[in-house]
This record gives sequence, C-alpha cells and structure tokens, in this order.
Amino acid sequence: MNTKQTNEMQIEFDSKSENEGFARVAVAAFLTQLNPTVEEVADVKTAVSEAVTNSIIHGYEKKRGKIFIRCIMQEDEIVVSISDKGKGIADIKKAMEPLFTTKPELERSGMGFAFMEAFMDQVDVISEVGIGTTVTMKKKIENSSTFRVSGDELNG
Amino acid sequence: MYNNFDVIGTWLVIRVPKELDHHNAEMIRKEADRYIERENIQSIIFDFQDTVFMDSSGIGTIMGRYKKVKFSGGNVIAVHTNDRVKRIFLLSGLNKIITTYDEMPKQI
Repeated sequence: MNTKQTNEMQIEFDSKSENEGFARVAVAAFLTQLNPTVEEVADVKTAVSEAVTNSIIHGYEKKRGKIFIRCIMQEDEIVVSISDKGKGIADIKKAMEPLFTTKPELERSGMGFAFMEAFMDQVDVISEVGIGTTVTMKKKIENSSTFRVSGDELNG
Repeated sequence: MYNNFDVIGTWLVIRVPKELDHHNAEMIRKEADRYIERENIQSIIFDFQDTVFMDSSGIGTIMGRYKKVKFSGGNVIAVHTNDRVKRIFLLSGLNKIITTYDEMPKQI
C-alpha cells in the first residue's frame, strides 16, 4: 500500500513579464500546505521567478508563448516543473555556469541557474533546441507537518 | 510610470519597489538612465526599505547602473537591506562592489 500523501496542481499562462509575480505567488500559495518557514517560501519563490524569467527572456525571447508549471507535493518534498515550448538550450552545461549569459545587452546577470541551485535541493534541466525546455526543481521542507494532517482529513 | 526617484545633489535615490524582478527591473533601468543622463547624477542609492522580494534580475539592474556611474568616478550603495536582500547580494558577489547599509548614511 502506498501511504505517501501526494497533491498536485498545474497552471498555464502567457509568457509575459507581468506573470512572473503571479507564477511565484501561485506556487508559494500551494506550498503553504507543507507548513514551510518564511525562508523556505522565499527560496522557492526566487527559484520559480528565475525559471519563469528564463522562459520569457530566453525560451520565447519575449515573443508570445505559453509557460506551464506543474507542482507535486509528496510527503515533505515539493517538486516544481517549469516548461516552455521555446527555442531550447543548445548547451545546458554552459547555460548553468554562474555569470554566463547570452543576453548581456539586457543586463542579465547570468545568475539564474546558480540561484535555482542555491535555493533548491536539486535542479534538473531537460531541453531540446526548437522544442523547448523543462526545469524540474525539488526541495524538502523541514518540519513539515500540516500537509499530512490535512491529507488525512481529506481521506476521512 | 515608476515614480520613486529622488535627486539629492548629485545622488540619485531609487526607492526599490516591493518586488524587484525582471518585470520591475526593466522599468527601473529605463527610468534611472533617464535621470542619469538628464540630472548630472554621479552616484546612486538603491533604497530597499519596501522590498520583500528580489531575484537575479535585480542584480543585473544594480550592476548595470554601477558600470554607468563608475565610469565617471561615481559610487553605488544600497540602504535598508533586509536579510533576504543581503543574502542575494552575498550569493551573487554583488556585496564585493556595493556597500550595504542598514540605515541611510548621515552624510546623505
């Protein structure tokens, strides 16, 4: 028997910079079920903001497209996948190097992936040129308890 | 238009909004550069009093203004930085070139 409590949500929105705030707040609101600390919420919000900004600026190069976020909570861990159907990343290893950016003229700091890695436990990138990119990030929420309680209530 | 700019002598004070992300960073960049060109600005203060969120887009904006005024001998400082903003400064290495102050320095 699988005793693991899971919960999932998905959102889809246009690749507009106005939606960066919406995206991180939506994920943060979902995350509250795990009873995270203020610091943990801030970490996840920053990581989501970095990935969504990358999709808007690099994936779609500011052209209109759709961004997809899928969040799964499993016990005390949150898994956030952020996908676009943009131009893809030719060299993922290079793209993830701190300070590397293909858009210095836009004052990009090249710290996006470094921040995702600093604030989350694990970051995986799958990308294909011309198809799109998916960034999957995991973070364990310490002392998480609320979700399990509310999960039992749902079952009862 | 983003209206939180003040000129004090040759200093430009930028009141950073609640959230400094890519969306807000672009507005600040455009407006700040207009001030720098028009008003004989030498140095810049980023005031983080109201700021609760900042990501790497903010780093780029601060670095960009730093490069602009450094060229003519100016300086960039950050004031009212909370723990979160300080952590972002530390992680990005921005703290090596931009001094942060908990309060506004008295001489300004």
